[in-house]
Amino acid sequence: MFAALGDKTRLLLVARLADGRAYSISQLTAGSRLTRQAITKHLRVLKRAGMVHSTRAGRERRFEFDPRPIEGMKEYLDRVSEQWDQALARLKSFVES
Amino acid sequence: MENRIEKRIEIKAPVSRVWRAITDYREFGEWFRVKLDGPFVAGQTSRGQITYPGYEHLKWEAVVQKIEPERLFSFTWPHARSLDREHYSAADHSKDPTTLVEFRLEKTKNGTLLVLTESGFDKIPGDWRLEAFRRNDGGWTEQMKNIERYVTQKQ
Repeated sequence: MFAALGDKTRLLLVARLADGRAYSISQLTAGSRLTRQAITKHLRVLKRAGMVHSTRAGRERRFEFDPRPIEGMKEYLDRVSEQWDQALARLKSFVES
Repeated sequence: MENRIEKRIEIKAPVSRVWRAITDYREFGEWFRVKLDGPFVAGQTSRGQITYPGYEHLKWEAVVQKIEPERLFSFTWPHARSLDREHYSAADHSKDPTTLVEFRLEKTKNGTLLVLTESGFDKIPGDWRLEAFRRNDGGWTEQMKNIERYVTQKQ
């Protein structure tokens, strides 16, 4: 997931998709310097990371953002972070007392 | 959001004292709250049992990486799918994703700066993450607050 987000173009794509609407590749390509091929490649990476899903609307494929992977990771990191805060506080007490 | 956690704390004690608290397996066990089977040896697996109230069912297992005296102590350890008693399996964690924990020490004017980093979270599967901390009795944070109260009272 971090690898998927570690690319500026993909971050911009995510930012665009994060408004919750479903976008076609044409819509995503419009107003961008990237080719259809490049956008498709980036969408595939995001799909593999579970952050984007595609659905069919007639003949068109549309792409939607799924916030759960990012939210899940954020929550996990927050919990681990809290545990370390507490463990390190105990270390500090232990050494200083 | 970064693929790592970093904590910095200043401890009012010499580096050698802090180093001992981190790398002596009995002292580590006292503040981390784990009963370890034996000393930390670079390249070897450290095993033990968590003694943290409410989590005594958890096994401790870590592979010690680097022991650079008074500078760096590191280990990798597995992340379990679930931590609560009903779902936790102590049997086998050899296939669990691991993260790297590093303790770095620096001498400061008032004692020691400890920099703790944990990295490698990308390896933890997406569907695992929330499950590991899901509890039926009010959430991890609530439970931790209870434990915190208990722990500070005991001191």
